[in-house]
Amino acid sequence: MTDFTANEMMTIAAARELSNDDVCFVGIGAPSAACNVARLTHAPDITLIYESGTVGTKPDVLPLSIGDGELCDTALFTVSVPEMFRYWLQGGRITTGFLGGAQIDKFANLNTTVVGPYEHPKVRLPGGGGAPEIASNCGRIFITMALTKRGFVEKLPFVTSMGHGEGGNHRERLGLKTNGPTRVITDLCVLEPDPETKELTVVSTHPGVSREQIIENCGWPIKFAEIVIETPAPTETELSVLRDINARTRKAHASTGTAKEAA
Amino acid sequence: MARIVSLAQAVAENVRDGDTVAMEGFTHLIPYAAGHEVIRQGRKDLFLVRMTPDILYDQLIGVGAARGMKFSWGGNPGVGSLHRFRDAVENQWPRPLEIEEHSHAAMANAYEAGAANLPFATLRGYIGADLPKVNANIRSVTCPFTGEVLAAVPAIRPDVTIIHAQRADRKGNVLIEGIVGVQKEAVLAAKRSIVTVEEIVDELAPPSPNSVVLPSWAVTAVAHVPGGAFPSYAHGHYPRNNAFYIRWDEISRDRETFAAWIRENVLDATPEDFARHAAIIAAKVA
Repeated sequence: MTDFTANEMMTIAAARELSNDDVCFVGIGAPSAACNVARLTHAPDITLIYESGTVGTKPDVLPLSIGDGELCDTALFTVSVPEMFRYWLQGGRITTGFLGGAQIDKFANLNTTVVGPYEHPKVRLPGGGGAPEIASNCGRIFITMALTKRGFVEKLPFVTSMGHGEGGNHRERLGLKTNGPTRVITDLCVLEPDPETKELTVVSTHPGVSREQIIENCGWPIKFAEIVIETPAPTETELSVLRDINARTRKAHASTGTAKEAA
Repeated sequence: MARIVSLAQAVAENVRDGDTVAMEGFTHLIPYAAGHEVIRQGRKDLFLVRMTPDILYDQLIGVGAARGMKFSWGGNPGVGSLHRFRDAVENQWPRPLEIEEHSHAAMANAYEAGAANLPFATLRGYIGADLPKVNANIRSVTCPFTGEVLAAVPAIRPDVTIIHAQRADRKGNVLIEGIVGVQKEAVLAAKRSIVTVEEIVDELAPPSPNSVVLPSWAVTAVAHVPGGAFPSYAHGHYPRNNAFYIRWDEISRDRETFAAWIRENVLDATPEDFARHAAIIAAKVA
């Protein structure tokens, strides 16, 4: 078996969740890497949308921001930001939203706003951006972030975007018809909400990862599903696609722009 | 009709102390040169509006030009925090900053409502989120037809909107291409507007009948500032300088380093200094 890092396993496991039929609203960072690995491996016809208005984009290098020129240059079309959020997102055209976050709780609610009280925060984070409405308007939500005690917390200081709220049928009670978070892909394991309680539960552990490691890195007493499988290790193809796009990206971001634009 | 003037004159005539100012640009076409001119002219007590305040608003906040900010995502995209913004919110330095925080969807709708001359915008938003608890300007409205309760936010009506665009013709008609963001709405929502452009041409020659064009009679002032969006980019002219965005993290982390950077690159600089960013790329392309 080829060597791979926990971070590479996370990106590849996340990429595998996507298919050709997905119309995917892509968050920046880890989600963007996963979505593009999916496009460059098993899902070449996936539609990737970034909130800057670029629809059906096929970037050659990963964008640093949600609005890099590379996204527009390679898009099928580009719309204004109001159109993006009104017609395409609120209009219910997006099957899957792919988000990251600074903190998550056991019901897959996310915080990217503040640590500490809102009025006098200990750490002021960037804020929600598109997340509150991505979380409610996409058919389903995938979340990818590393499993750490600081990130996976018992109680969020601030709910930036709703996952399953207080658990159970909370989404339904608020009138939401979308599924909310259905998978959380970390660097150690994959989580799914329990069908009844909606509490995030381990359904798959990555190769070489022990249950103790997962328990130690989670801020709440984490539960395991009755049947827990081992995540298949990354294939040669998956790894080489991921490493190639990361290498292209590093090179492009170190220069004045993307390779294509500066050429 | 838009007047074609120098950037210094456009800012002097249209940006006043205490104004609500929107300098828009969704990663693309951010009006850096104009923002620097606002700093150089010493405007103060501004209430800044922008969906994605990035480095430019970090600079305005860091020099103490802003009393408040309405926004939906305040970070350095792909890099991390805005350190001057954080210092203002966490430590009230150099002065306290009143914040009004929304989601992107709400801000985009609010600009559109402003452009449409409506008092508020409505959207299916903020469901289950905490922002309505801390922002009194996020309220709700009941649909008179279906009874559905929807989120409502006030329209954005800036005193002045400032944007950067690819080109204008000699009458002051403006063309915007690429990621067009929310700039058209922001200009039409504002009382006054300033557009800096990469070039001024004889014929605007929009590439399609559906191109995004702001007619001269909907714009207050146009200024020719090549390179004026650096370190963001101008589609078709020069790329985003991602290396600078990464470097800003170091520059802005420390108050002294930040102040030195502002002195050298803003206070002691001119709008013409931006031309070198456009020129370097033009030379590379050629």
